[in-house]
Amino acid sequence: MTDSAHLWLIPLFPFLGFLLNGILGSRLPRRLTTIVGVLAPLASLVVVLSDFGATVISAASSCRGCGQVTALTLPDAEALSYHWLNIGALHVDFIFVLDQLSAVMLLIITGVGFLIHVYSVGYMRDDPGYARYFSFLNLFLFFMTVLVLAGNFLLMFVGWEGVGLASYLLIGFWFQRDSAASAGKKAFIVNRIGDFGFLIGIFLVLTTFGTLSFGGIAASLSMNPAWHGTVLTVICLCLLVGAAGKSAQLPLYVWLPDAMEGPTPVSALIHAATMVTAGVYMIARTHLLFDRAPIALWTVAIVGAATALFAATIALVQNDIKRVLAYSTISQLGYMFLACGVAAYSAAIFHLVMHAFFKALLFLAAGSVIHAMGGEQDLRKMGGLHKKLPVTFWTMTVAVFAIAGFPPFAGFFSKDAILYAAFLDGTGGKLLWFIGLITALLTSFYMFRLWYMAFLGEPRSESSHHHATPKSMAVPLVILAVLSVCGGWIGIHRFSAYLAPAAAAHRPMPTGNPALEALLSIVAVLAALEGWLIADKYYRRKTERPAQLAAALPFGYKLLSNKYYVDEIYSAIIVKPLFAFSKFVLEWIVDTAILGGLAWLLAGIANITGMILQRWQSGNLRSYAAWLAAGAAAVLLFLLLTGSPHAWSLPFFHSETIYKVSHITVIQSGQAGH
Amino acid sequence: MHLILFFLFAGFCLAGAINLLLQTHPINSALSLIVVMTSLAVLYLLLGAEFLAIAQIIVYSGAVMVLFTFVVMLLNAGREERTLGSRAASRIGFPAVVALFAILATILLHVQGLGAAHLGEGLSNAPGQSNLELLSQVLFHELLLPFEVTSVLILIAILGAVALAHVEGSKIPESERVAQK
Amino acid sequence: MSFLQHDVPLSWYLLLSAILFSLGVVGFLVKRNLITVFMSIELMLNAVNLSFVTFAYQWHEVRGQIFVFFVMMVAAAEAAVGLAIIIAVFRARSTLAVDRIDLMKL
Repeated sequence: MTDSAHLWLIPLFPFLGFLLNGILGSRLPRRLTTIVGVLAPLASLVVVLSDFGATVISAASSCRGCGQVTALTLPDAEALSYHWLNIGALHVDFIFVLDQLSAVMLLIITGVGFLIHVYSVGYMRDDPGYARYFSFLNLFLFFMTVLVLAGNFLLMFVGWEGVGLASYLLIGFWFQRDSAASAGKKAFIVNRIGDFGFLIGIFLVLTTFGTLSFGGIAASLSMNPAWHGTVLTVICLCLLVGAAGKSAQLPLYVWLPDAMEGPTPVSALIHAATMVTAGVYMIARTHLLFDRAPIALWTVAIVGAATALFAATIALVQNDIKRVLAYSTISQLGYMFLACGVAAYSAAIFHLVMHAFFKALLFLAAGSVIHAMGGEQDLRKMGGLHKKLPVTFWTMTVAVFAIAGFPPFAGFFSKDAILYAAFLDGTGGKLLWFIGLITALLTSFYMFRLWYMAFLGEPRSESSHHHATPKSMAVPLVILAVLSVCGGWIGIHRFSAYLAPAAAAHRPMPTGNPALEALLSIVAVLAALEGWLIADKYYRRKTERPAQLAAALPFGYKLLSNKYYVDEIYSAIIVKPLFAFSKFVLEWIVDTAILGGLAWLLAGIANITGMILQRWQSGNLRSYAAWLAAGAAAVLLFLLLTGSPHAWSLPFFHSETIYKVSHITVIQSGQAGH
Repeated sequence: MHLILFFLFAGFCLAGAINLLLQTHPINSALSLIVVMTSLAVLYLLLGAEFLAIAQIIVYSGAVMVLFTFVVMLLNAGREERTLGSRAASRIGFPAVVALFAILATILLHVQGLGAAHLGEGLSNAPGQSNLELLSQVLFHELLLPFEVTSVLILIAILGAVALAHVEGSKIPESERVAQK
Repeated sequence: MSFLQHDVPLSWYLLLSAILFSLGVVGFLVKRNLITVFMSIELMLNAVNLSFVTFAYQWHEVRGQIFVFFVMMVAAAEAAVGLAIIIAVFRARSTLAVDRIDLMKL
């Protein structure tokens, strides 16, 4: 691979931005902070684009065998290979790898990241923590690029933890607010559970393969073509736990809705477009393992489908604009897992890319709405905004159509690809397809519900200060809207052909049928249309109906609006017993009884010894002198008893070589005197 | 002659030391210490250390003991009080002193190859080289730096003594100042 | 007159030195006045000096005498500082009795 040498530049630029803004930011003029903060992702984007061109060329040349089971591919480009750890049998290199998969991810991370940085300039303009915000955002980009470029599990884990840190810092960005601080903690702790699984998976990989590098694993897998299941299944399930934590899947999704406490551009970048997709990326990156573990793959699919449906139902009744989007993100991530679970990794990544476009757009548009409403996030207090915020309205409309899956918007192509892949995957696949279809209907419904409540109808509250949308916020909106329209036109076939060297499943895939695909597409579009029609009926024509329905089905409505009481259940099952355990075992038994007793015992010993020795320290000078004399006598006695008799004859002084002196004659003369 | 001088001044020495212990008034003790030091100077002379004998008289009998007597008089120190003292001092201290002396004597008397001293014997055997010459050669050539450092040490001691004895914010009382005028 | 021509064995000088040293220690223990205690210390130093001079004579080693010289210098400095401390103590406590200066005990 050519010019892989400057791969390390990609994470370097955001890191420099982080250092500069993090250390000097509060002293620099705001304009300089902006330039540093925005230039860092731009510089990375330029590097990525130049590298991306190279991967396209190489994909075109290596595409001959795509679509069938080919030899396992090794990464295209490796760079920055340093020996990092060398402990016994463990050798880990500091290695960056660029292949088609990481190239696509990098393109999203730096591209969408750059747009969101630009948007943030307007959104965060009046925030006192401006420089801190940009340094954290750059830090996130640094870790995310490291995660994606990593050529082995350990380096990936570094990035994985790093984005968790950046996410924590940015969720709790307004740490003065209690809710934001605790949301940050929640995200961190829930992610720890996932990371625990991931780490166990990494250890298992190490003991099984003896290496952590993706290339090495691929090599040893291709040497044992018959190797399936057992250990691999366990590894994959552990990795799945990690992915579920990071990508907010059941049952570890609870942190993502709370993460909306962070600034909206952060929600767009980290909690919609990039970081939460790290789990999907990780599965795609390690798909060679998953391909050999059908049970784990099935688990992935089931988790994905369940999450997609579960989150979509919660989203139906949420009234906070960002929470609707958060649950929608969880639901769409479920789609991606579903795709991974049926080994349609290309479709998963395709949906990931499209989702990055339209979900970032949705969040940014929502941010624009919130900005205009002066911080109001409640949908029930919005309405009629389409006149006041035309740019936001039109871009939001594009995004809503895209996520609902109407042609020719981006979401149509990617969702279609997933549903089609699921349908082909045996009988269980039909069920998955059906769940996906229901989810698509629900998605369409709640997105149009949001659209109607926020933009159409009459204003429901007299909010006096409607800010206009600044240019720095409008431009990213328009660019993302264009991408949300046109992004899908690449088409899944061209996309998977490009991605094939890195992400083609290495197992027999069912052959497709264009007529069936078209039929399924029509069904999906009809479902989306149905969702739109219901939303139209409830929220435009008969606005009193939702309340009536809620009254008619009090149990269902309460269940949904309280998010199935999952937080409460977790609190009762996990948090409270943990607290009780800490209180009883750790505080009472360990702390009070054992540690306290130990400390008391040591203190008692010291006390008693002190009381004995205290008598010695009378403070009387003469008694000290007496002890001193006794000590001197003891030392001399010791010398007398242990020293040889010759010690007292001072042999040293007899040495004539040192004291050439005439003492011999003296002695002689002394003797002569006698 | 040597023996007579030795016994005479060793006797003075011991008598002075014992008197130092027996006297209860510090000024008497100080005077007996002067006797001890002066007799030691004579003993140094007997051992061929003229320079040290003179230094002993000037530094010890002169400067240091004058300092002592000054302080005794300055503080108007009277007789010793009969205080109870420390039991440890008598119970541990005196056996310890006896042991110390016994061991020291044992050690010193067992040093082999000791000769005897007779008058007129110096350190140097070279003809025409006096003890003083030898001493100053070593002191001002080999050990010049330690010698100079000693002067710094004494300077520091002077400063320290002034700093310690100086009373913070001491002022002449108003009445005395008036009287001075 | 053979008696007069007798030389003095150096061990006698050493013995004298040991006796003086022990007397110094005894003084340190029995004297109750701070200044006299200090004098006892000087006595001990002098006793050590005597043995130094004796050994210097024995081994024809000029360094023994030089050591005595340095001991004198240090003793002079020590006397100056020590007496200043005694003055300071007397100012603070108005007594020179060793047994009353027992602030080292809490």
